[in-house]
Amino acid sequence: MKNTLIEIAARYGKDEARLMDILMDAQQALGYISKEAMEVIANELKISAADVEQTVSFYHFFARSPRGKYTIYLNNSVTSVMFGYQEIAEAFVKETGCQFGNTTSDGLIGLYHTACIGMSDQEPAAIINDKVFTRLTPSKVKEIVAGIKAGKKVEDLSVETGDGINAHPLVKSMVKNNIMRKGEVIFADYTLGTSLKKVAGMGTQDVINEVKNSNLRGRGGAGFPAGMKWEFCSKAEDTTRYVICNADEGEPGTFKDRVLLTEKAAQVFEGMAIGGYAVGAKLGILYLRAEYRYLKAYLESVLEEMRKNNLLGKGITGKAGFDFDIRIQFGAGAYVCGEESALIESAEGHRGEPRNRPPFPVTKGYLMKPTIVNNVETFCAVTRIIEKGSAWYTTLGTQSSAGTKVLSISGDCEKPGVYEIQWGMSIKEMLEMVGAKDTMAVQVAGPSGVCLNPAQFDRKIAFEDLPTGGSMIVIGKFRNLIRDVVLNFMEFFVEESCGSCVPCRSLNVVLKQRIEKIIAGNGTMEDLSELERLSKMLSMSTRCGLGQTSSNPILTTLQNFREQYEGLVRKDTDYISTFDMAASVKESCEYVDRKPNIH
Amino acid sequence: MSKPIVATTSLAGCFGCHMSILDIDDRILKLIELVEFNKSPVDDIKTFTKQCDIGIIEGGCCNSENVHVLKDFRKNCKILISLGECAIMGGLPALRNGIPVKECIEEAYLHGPTVDGVNTEKVLPNDDELPMILDRVYPCHEIVKIDYFLPGCPPRADLIWNAVAALVTGNEMELPYEVIKFD
Repeated sequence: MKNTLIEIAARYGKDEARLMDILMDAQQALGYISKEAMEVIANELKISAADVEQTVSFYHFFARSPRGKYTIYLNNSVTSVMFGYQEIAEAFVKETGCQFGNTTSDGLIGLYHTACIGMSDQEPAAIINDKVFTRLTPSKVKEIVAGIKAGKKVEDLSVETGDGINAHPLVKSMVKNNIMRKGEVIFADYTLGTSLKKVAGMGTQDVINEVKNSNLRGRGGAGFPAGMKWEFCSKAEDTTRYVICNADEGEPGTFKDRVLLTEKAAQVFEGMAIGGYAVGAKLGILYLRAEYRYLKAYLESVLEEMRKNNLLGKGITGKAGFDFDIRIQFGAGAYVCGEESALIESAEGHRGEPRNRPPFPVTKGYLMKPTIVNNVETFCAVTRIIEKGSAWYTTLGTQSSAGTKVLSISGDCEKPGVYEIQWGMSIKEMLEMVGAKDTMAVQVAGPSGVCLNPAQFDRKIAFEDLPTGGSMIVIGKFRNLIRDVVLNFMEFFVEESCGSCVPCRSLNVVLKQRIEKIIAGNGTMEDLSELERLSKMLSMSTRCGLGQTSSNPILTTLQNFREQYEGLVRKDTDYISTFDMAASVKESCEYVDRKPNIH
Repeated sequence: MSKPIVATTSLAGCFGCHMSILDIDDRILKLIELVEFNKSPVDDIKTFTKQCDIGIIEGGCCNSENVHVLKDFRKNCKILISLGECAIMGGLPALRNGIPVKECIEEAYLHGPTVDGVNTEKVLPNDDELPMILDRVYPCHEIVKIDYFLPGCPPRADLIWNAVAALVTGNEMELPYEVIKFD
């Protein structure tokens, strides 16, 4: 064990900033990361064992004890629940003989839950040893588990392959792209290298101006003007700078970055190189969520191909001094790492806890150097903006929201998948486009966004009305909104809060318990006003976007679906206690051998 | 008009909140001009002799007796106040909430440093007269409806004074930030 770990640490130059990679490799080699392993790694990197342990313990996919030779992570996100999660979970328990959160006694299979894995248009889905299994049915589960028990390799557990690059020999995945609508920017035809050749003949400020003039705003959801971000970074004092592409799409219901990286990876990488040229960075990092590790070999081959074609590496397109390369940094299962400062912390090998801002990453980012962090789709759009010009780009979309947006649409509709639309489309038009009927609600921008009722379906998808990173979950009239959606979202936030800010760590739990109380029929009108009061308190008192928005599922449904809550709470009383004396003294009385004396 | 009647009790608490009540210093003279005390450790009245206006509860509920006392207070008081961390959240006693009851009893009567080697016959108290231990320590508002919460460990004397004075006089409560502390 020791020699393996020493070899792994050496592979990354014993660099403590590469701790995430070292841990991932260690886990792949040893199955899990033991206390002893952490000590060896700490020793090699000359950091304390506690530094290693705090990183290991933060991430969902790092195991501190064995999780089976085959580790099954079944997604329990809202769309999984909508499309049969319960049945699949039961099938896995039955076939493996193992409860969730455990491994089988022979150590063969581990069965665990995980949050949204970016497959919302093909749920229920699970990850087994980095391979994704989609559209699971009880019979498929039976087949998979039988294959595992027969000792099949994980890649042989299913021979089905998806469309496009998913069928590529380096991917061989059953994941489907489901590209339902191609727009003018992202999914249009593009000849690789065109834009890089063009920028090589431009001044760096000209490139920044072009992006600024295009009015391109961040596609992760926050919508910060990309050109302005680049300009801030290019003017930062420190001249060692970095480009980071945020591919940690963890917002439940989002999966468009997965499709972009499957079909348009080179275009994304080209956008990163353009960013590198503009801000004067030599290194780019693609921070990719661990759920997409099945794309690793393919993405590395794309990078290699680009290096061969002089689109990455030294002297890009033959221009002396235009040096830029990209490495892939994997996360290990933490939603909060989608927040840019948490992402940077994670890329440096730390716990993914958001930093206090300012300073912003454009002045102090990766390794405390000026860094631009942009979404996958933003970089992809940059490539096309340079090719076709900012004037062309601004003819698309609306005045405040230029260009197109790639939406990830899932839930109760006939055609879930990825749609590239021009900003400004109304929710009503969107629902028609995806074949949604009898819609009760649309969850825009994921759990941290808003839940709309039908009276609001005329609202437009645009930064000036409904900003979104692209997640759209259609909820049909036959659903139980509070139980299946709101509670699921609150469970998600309880799980994903990094715990750094006390209000986020505790109030999400309190809010979740209130919702459970209401669902159980023990809520009163007072609970509804408490939900509102606590939600507002939470959103005001936390450091990053997670806590600021985690009560949105409650606040927006209280606003738009209040009648559903009122239908659940009791109005004849203002207080209900669920305390049960007999149940609460049972254990202690039994143990000391006395008869409970209840009156 | 007769004076409003106040009752107080300490459940699973340390009496620190009651000490804080006494910390109102000379205002205690003003207090007895304003209110009359009924069941309370302050005057040692053991059982309610009349209907009260304000009940002040220190401590959460860790055993069956706490629950009975608390319910009795709810029955006999118009307004109930959870006073301090333990009443509001369970406080220090609630540190046992993550530990199985069996282990807690073993620690208290068999393995703890003060009993280790002494309780050789391994006697676990089980007389019918004793309160029964609850599975966890409950904050008061999970058992009965609580009208007001005064935070602190203990709550500042000024906070208690301001709250009681406001309730009794009907004036708005003064809440300068200095008097609200959560520890």
